[in-house]
Amino acid sequence: MTDYATFFRSIAVITEKNMRIYYFKGPVVVFGLLFPLIMFLTFFIGRNLDLVLFFPGFLGMMLFFTASSVGPLITPWEKREKTYERLISLPVILESIIIGDLMAGAIFGIAITAIVFTACAVFFPIPLASAGLLGLGFALGSVAFAALGTLLASPTTDNPSNIMMLSSLIRLPLIFISGIFIPLSQLTGPLFLLTSLSPLTYLVDLFHAALNGDAVYPPWIDMLVLLAVIILFVGFAKVIQKRNLVKGI
Amino acid sequence: MDAIEAKNLCKSFGPVTAVDDVSITIPEGSIFGFLGPNGAGKTTTIRMITGVLIPDAGTVRILGTDVQNDPLAAKLKMGVIPENGTVYSDLTAWQNILLAAKFYGMDRAGREERATEILDRLGLAERRDDYVRTFSKGMRQRISIACAIVHSPPVLILDEPTTGLDVYSRRLVIDTVRHMNREGSTILLTTHNIEEANALCSIVSIINRGKIVATDSPEKLKKTFDTSRYIEVSFDRAVEPGLFSAPGITRAEAWGDKWRVYTDDPDRAVKHIASAAERSRLAIVSIATSNPTLEEAFVRLTAGAPP
Repeated sequence: MTDYATFFRSIAVITEKNMRIYYFKGPVVVFGLLFPLIMFLTFFIGRNLDLVLFFPGFLGMMLFFTASSVGPLITPWEKREKTYERLISLPVILESIIIGDLMAGAIFGIAITAIVFTACAVFFPIPLASAGLLGLGFALGSVAFAALGTLLASPTTDNPSNIMMLSSLIRLPLIFISGIFIPLSQLTGPLFLLTSLSPLTYLVDLFHAALNGDAVYPPWIDMLVLLAVIILFVGFAKVIQKRNLVKGI
Repeated sequence: MDAIEAKNLCKSFGPVTAVDDVSITIPEGSIFGFLGPNGAGKTTTIRMITGVLIPDAGTVRILGTDVQNDPLAAKLKMGVIPENGTVYSDLTAWQNILLAAKFYGMDRAGREERATEILDRLGLAERRDDYVRTFSKGMRQRISIACAIVHSPPVLILDEPTTGLDVYSRRLVIDTVRHMNREGSTILLTTHNIEEANALCSIVSIINRGKIVATDSPEKLKKTFDTSRYIEVSFDRAVEPGLFSAPGITRAEAWGDKWRVYTDDPDRAVKHIASAAERSRLAIVSIATSNPTLEEAFVRLTAGAPP
């Protein structure tokens, strides 16, 4: 690849296209906005919990759901609508499509979560231990889980509902093993080990460091894990989508 | 320099060989037709040429740029209308064209000027702000073409661009192809419509079972089968095919209310038909002889292809 200007332009145009077409699709609104809100209301309201203690978990869950809700929809939708073939015949490469899809998810995640954070900060006394860590958490978390969304969209199908189902099957269990409903600091033994397998744990922990200053892992470990997750998810998405191109599907 | 140079392209899907050692060279400025029956490998070849499908073997160069090694530079030189591809139904006609133009790096003023010009030429100026989801198939195909030509590509590739279109849309597509060629674009098009290929193309390749079986100008391909002409004849009542059994007549097909009788000796065949009609007390309503057609060349070259 020699033409970097064309490459970066293709990413920007794909991101813009995704934002314009997919942000207001039903599955994105349901799985990206309503779902985390319902989870919040179900688990937090009426249980007399310490909102400040649990707020980093709620913020992590919000970013997780919003950022990972756009990606799974795009490719299956485009394959069903038969716009995917036209897209790949334009001056784009596989990497442009993956990064463009990822960027759309990440921007959606950051925008919605930032609005929720700001609204909550107005009504509740939310502490802020480190604005820098909060910013890094937003950036790394949104990209990592947007990459998860893009990876989930990679298997061959032209039926978006199949992918949304698969996506829920993977995303839902993660929120129960990531220190959202029970803070990491209160977990021990096998349960603590189980949480360490979920990438969402490290985002929630990073938000704990940024807001309450009560993280379990050092922030650099959280960031390193999230970076590794991004590389892993994008790498797998590329391998699967490249295989699809070779097979012509 | 050749506009498109595809060398030794091969593609298999599992045990099925879709394209087997296909090579095509298309000189700049020509209109190249790619003909073949269903499943012959046309679309697979086009998908490899446009960089949509990765070939098992072989190379493709667009105006000297290798599609696999430098896909972005190669794709910038192309405009593609895929058979299985359409435009975004959630965007308006105008938004679709501008989006395509952005991929090619056109500036805002250039995008808008060109989009206005193309929409006007394609008869969609009044529908520019309507969502494509409200368009008919023909109108969608015109928007698809608009997106492919917005950057005035040096190479325009169209996969079955007129299939399923109404007469008006079809004529607009053909006019646009001719216009783009006059403006300097090299055209590669696949079509099922042999007369369309005959009327448009300066070179035609016929592909069958994944292999190129002939490449030449339509007139030369027709002359290859100069021994085969046909007589079109109709009678005042229905006849049996046995009426046409005679030396020199290769086959006879019912053709609407007529019969098409293929022969390598028209004089002998006409005399036979006339005498057979007299014996059977049949009146000949019409009779005409015809020169060999590209369709006949196509049928001969792809004989035995699955339906």
